[in-house]
Amino acid sequence: MAGHLAFDVSHLFAGGLVLVSFMLLYQDRLYALLNVFALHAVVLAFSVAWQAFIQDAPHLYVTAGIALVLKGIIIPGALHRIVQRLEIHRQIETVVGIGPTMLAGMALVALSTVVMLRVTAEADPLAREDLAFALSVVLLGLLVMVTRRNAVSQVVGFMSLENGLVLAATAAKGMPLVVEISVAFSILIAFIVIGIFLFRIRERFDTVDLQALDRFRGDRQ
Amino acid sequence: MNGLAYYAVAAVLGVPLVSAAVLAVLPGYRLTARLNLLAALITMLASASLFFLPRPEPGQYLFIDDLNIVFIVLSTFVAFTTSVFSASYIAHELETGKLTPTYLRFYHAMYQLLMFGMNLALLANNIGLMWVAIELATLTTVLMVGIYRTAEALEAAWKYFILGSVGIALALFGTILVYMAARPIVGEGTDAMVWTVLMGRVATFDPALLNLAFVFLLLGYGTKVGLAPLHAWLPDAHAEGPTPISAVLSGLLLNVALYAVLRFKLLLAANPSALAPGPLMMIMGLGSVIFAGFMLYRRRDIKRMFAYSSIEHMGVVAFAFGLGGPLANFAGLLHMVMHSLTKSAIFFTVGHITQVKGTQKIADIRGLTVTHPLLGWGLVLGVVAIAGLPPLGIFMSEFLVVSSTFARQPLLAIPLVAGLLIAFGALFLRLNGLAFGEPTGSTQPVKASYIPMYVHLALVFTAGIYLPPMLVLWFQHIAGLLG
Repeated sequence: MAGHLAFDVSHLFAGGLVLVSFMLLYQDRLYALLNVFALHAVVLAFSVAWQAFIQDAPHLYVTAGIALVLKGIIIPGALHRIVQRLEIHRQIETVVGIGPTMLAGMALVALSTVVMLRVTAEADPLAREDLAFALSVVLLGLLVMVTRRNAVSQVVGFMSLENGLVLAATAAKGMPLVVEISVAFSILIAFIVIGIFLFRIRERFDTVDLQALDRFRGDRQ
Repeated sequence: MNGLAYYAVAAVLGVPLVSAAVLAVLPGYRLTARLNLLAALITMLASASLFFLPRPEPGQYLFIDDLNIVFIVLSTFVAFTTSVFSASYIAHELETGKLTPTYLRFYHAMYQLLMFGMNLALLANNIGLMWVAIELATLTTVLMVGIYRTAEALEAAWKYFILGSVGIALALFGTILVYMAARPIVGEGTDAMVWTVLMGRVATFDPALLNLAFVFLLLGYGTKVGLAPLHAWLPDAHAEGPTPISAVLSGLLLNVALYAVLRFKLLLAANPSALAPGPLMMIMGLGSVIFAGFMLYRRRDIKRMFAYSSIEHMGVVAFAFGLGGPLANFAGLLHMVMHSLTKSAIFFTVGHITQVKGTQKIADIRGLTVTHPLLGWGLVLGVVAIAGLPPLGIFMSEFLVVSSTFARQPLLAIPLVAGLLIAFGALFLRLNGLAFGEPTGSTQPVKASYIPMYVHLALVFTAGIYLPPMLVLWFQHIAGLLG
């Protein structure tokens, strides 16, 4: 019975993460996008904490804490401020419409489920289903990145992609802590990098719309 | 157990890390450029000493074996010569005001941090640690590509950052899958991520998981190698960053990523029921050669042109390793070394050329052999080498790749040779205008450091005529290991 519960709850969280990834796809305002991303990180934190509990792996609580504090609060907060300061809280220009994007998202989830479940037939059921969810989150993150032109929303897409990786890493039972911390750490570095970039882009173009950059296509004249 | 080797490993990793911290705070161009050079020299000597010292037992995080030592020695050598070139290049950038002293500190710190990242990736005995190190190297190069803060540099850095991150994310997913495959056999914990443990027991891993993992790893690290469909970041990053970074990117970082792919290829090859990793690498490699060959014709920017040539040559190397077998592996290894030496020499030359002419546009640079004979002829030699003319080193390695392809897969030799010839034509077409003809632009003498460039070219030239038997034996031994 306890086993069933453990399984169901982890399923709930992992599935929830995929759902929130879908919500990221159709946000058309930057503030809303950042809020949904914060929710994404919170769901991830719960999922990781639950894994820590059922795997009896206390070090995973650290990962959960990092996800909650850093990705759930600090980064969305900071991005909020950037958006405010740059006054870019208007509509997000998507490259593809919402409808086709959602359809593509569904196709990606179906793809990852088919691939992962078939491949991991011999692994334990919890890990394999979590991996399928994790791959879905990774692919949906990629989809967010390619369907947006705005630098801030691309960053959000990238971070949701990394959340998927953390989900996969925690589903792989007993994976050494090194990797989780490094993932969190790399997100931090990535964030700093991006922060610098955003400001530099602003300095140069008065916009963070990456289309402004498209004029500079190297030697294509 | 020999303690000396531990010190050497500690130096290879510690010196760049410590000097990165020191260089970040020290002011002054002369002092920092020299320190940078000194740090690179010590790192190189330490890595060369690894070659002679008895090997320490592989640990959980670091190890030295016959394969990675070649990469480390090559890497630290080119890093050293590049730091010599960088000193004179940066002096000019400061004079013209393209870099401010603050950015110079930042540049030197990042340079050493990049060296640390690459050395760590090569020495890592742990697939997780290797991933972290490659990510570190990527981030430092992103920052350096954007250092000029022009619109083009920012676009290049952003593109590199996004594509590199996606690649690195896919590679992490692959790494996790490898751990998943190892866990039931090796057990939970760090051991299931240690190369030496994995290699010993991979034969009983779940092949389906390994296959999927390899696809992710090939796509992920393949992005960093710059293989054809995933190469989009490479030309921009090479063209817009400081030229020493172009030299290090082409000469070293691409190799490090390729090393990662090779390691995982070895892992897959040791499992009898997993898919053969060779054909995938061959397809991507061949695609890169042909694609880059055609793209070379449309280049108007000199650094961008040589960036495409790097894609071509990494394609040749990936193809050779994908083909496998003692001869092709030997050729691939030799080609990789020759390409690193030649391409960095070319970028040294190009760096000074673009500084003196004040432009990167091929059309605006003419008659170099007249205005700047040493640079001009250096470029001619470099292009002759990179295009694969006899008797230089790249001719020999390309000849070996092609002849082993004829022996094993004759049909594939046709597109390969076609790709090489197409690239050859493009390079000479451009070289003609660059080096000869009526001179244009500034004819002022240039304060260049010719030594690194000509040392590299001399090495490539020597390798084309005479390879020391010891080196041949060593490479043959590694080629055998690569299977």
